[in-house]
Amino acid sequence: MFAFILSRILQAVPVLLVVGFISYAMFAFVGDPVTIMLGQDYTEAQRVALVHQLGLDQPFFVQYAKYMWAALHGNFGISYRMARPVGDLIAERLPATLELSLTSAVLAVLVGVPMGVYTGIRRNAVVSRIFMIFSLLGVSLPTFLIGILLILLFSVVLGWLPSFGRGDVVHFAHWSTGFLTPLGLKSLILPAITLGLFQMTLIMRLVRAEMLEVLRSDYIKFARARGLSQRAINFGHALKNTLVPVITIIGLQIGGLVAFSIVTETVFQWPGMGLLLVQSIGVADIPVMAAYLQLIAVVFVCINLIVDLLYYAVDPRLRMDRGRATGGH
Amino acid sequence: MLARFLDSDFVYSFRRSPVAVVSTLVVLACVVGAVGAPWLAPHNPFDLASLSLMDSLQPPVFMADGTAAHLLGTDDQGRDVLSAIMYGTQISLMIGFLAIIFALVVGITVGLVAGYMGGAVDALLMRVTDVQLTFPSILIALLVDGVARAVLPRDFHDRMQIYVLVFAIGIARWPQFARTVRGSTLVERGREYVMAAKVIGLSSPRIMASHILPNVLGPVLVIATLNLGLAILDEATLSFLGVGLPPTQPSLGTLIRIGNDFLFSGEWWVTIFPGVMLAVMVLSINLLGDWLRDALNPRLR
Repeated sequence: MFAFILSRILQAVPVLLVVGFISYAMFAFVGDPVTIMLGQDYTEAQRVALVHQLGLDQPFFVQYAKYMWAALHGNFGISYRMARPVGDLIAERLPATLELSLTSAVLAVLVGVPMGVYTGIRRNAVVSRIFMIFSLLGVSLPTFLIGILLILLFSVVLGWLPSFGRGDVVHFAHWSTGFLTPLGLKSLILPAITLGLFQMTLIMRLVRAEMLEVLRSDYIKFARARGLSQRAINFGHALKNTLVPVITIIGLQIGGLVAFSIVTETVFQWPGMGLLLVQSIGVADIPVMAAYLQLIAVVFVCINLIVDLLYYAVDPRLRMDRGRATGGH
Repeated sequence: MLARFLDSDFVYSFRRSPVAVVSTLVVLACVVGAVGAPWLAPHNPFDLASLSLMDSLQPPVFMADGTAAHLLGTDDQGRDVLSAIMYGTQISLMIGFLAIIFALVVGITVGLVAGYMGGAVDALLMRVTDVQLTFPSILIALLVDGVARAVLPRDFHDRMQIYVLVFAIGIARWPQFARTVRGSTLVERGREYVMAAKVIGLSSPRIMASHILPNVLGPVLVIATLNLGLAILDEATLSFLGVGLPPTQPSLGTLIRIGNDFLFSGEWWVTIFPGVMLAVMVLSINLLGDWLRDALNPRLR
């Protein structure tokens, strides 16, 4: 167990170093921050002072080492656009993105898994067919279009829900939450549905396919022959055995949620990291892009690690096989 | 030859599947409307002389104030929405196709080399694809586009934007092709015809390109179809985010972004019609890809 975790962490280190190098290369070779920050009129002395202040007069490897060391301490440089530390900007916007992604993930799992189980057990029922058509739409409609359609229906036509922003937020130290105010919760509904819909349909289709597969297997037939109740068979035996691939996909999709929150946040003007990234790309604000890339890499590596650990918890076979079979899943 | 093709299993299962026939017709209609836009479109949305602000924001024909001159209404500058959609579809399809071709070339090359060479080359290349597959493609395309924006001079970048998008989307989508090709190449490498080609002294590139390649193309083309829909969505998403094509050269995504500003003042048609067009086109391509996958895979029949 311990050796397994250790090898996974060791595998993650090169990934993080490579991503760090890419983002540093972006930082070092792309654009000229000095001219951007100085604007039209400046003296040579001002320029030299700024170059020195930004540390751009030092050798490449010194800069890279300093960059990585600073990044480890949450210091990602200064945004060209806002002239403020990138770390602060991201810290301000992190709660909004995390609350949105988390709500969407919970929504997708809580709705997607039962829908998948239902369509798997009763594959020919009318409701199942409706679910399947609905899921095809969820996969084919782009996220931003779903958001626009929801805004059109619930904000413009019906006027029930707010169409942009987080509503009222409550601040605790460095954290701001929209969970505690009525307007904050109402503002969360449309973005969370928009962001979670794709994942929800994906989870539903996956659970359905796995259920169909498992329900055909010999041990389910044996369980039926033993006279177990439908309920015990469907949930105790079948659903449990579909969980390994489902957990993998859910884990990978949570990374996708963080990335796709870029689109959702733009549609709903949600003040999170994704909106910050889009605004930064529009004006080629490299430090923000580099910091975002590194942060996302850390998030993905952590998620992959957690997914691997969950395999252990769910599938006892892996615990025995690990010793003999090398080379991952 | 043609008669034999028309008599094949493939054509038979195509005719028997209404979904495949309908989605093919829809895709064909989209392609014809897009490619033929300069001749078929009722107006030219890029001809500034024909635009009149008097025509701006007219509703579609089936609403009270609509006119037959603008079947789907007009946008804020008096551009005909239907014509803009036809021209926009042309750009969206073109970028999608070029991006997939680019991704195919890169992916097939990497996959062939990794699968045929094996060893350290294989391990290195597959490690790169693994790392890239960890990140969602839209994020990679966004970052590539952002870097291009910073590297290229501004007006040059604006002119090159289509190619920047093709590069960004293609680079974000090649690993899947590489993996599939590598898998099939590993199988083909052990076959006797490869052995024979080696014995008569052909060079490795020659064996890869003219002997192994034709035998590994099938599965890749299915994935390419499914990825075409996704690439079109990638482009639409980037354009919607404002980092894709500029309003002077609108793709479907740009049209949706422009129209989004008018949603609250009730002019829903400026954004909904391009959105429906995009959704219908991508849905048909996806359905066609699904059918192709099932039809070419005898195990699923």
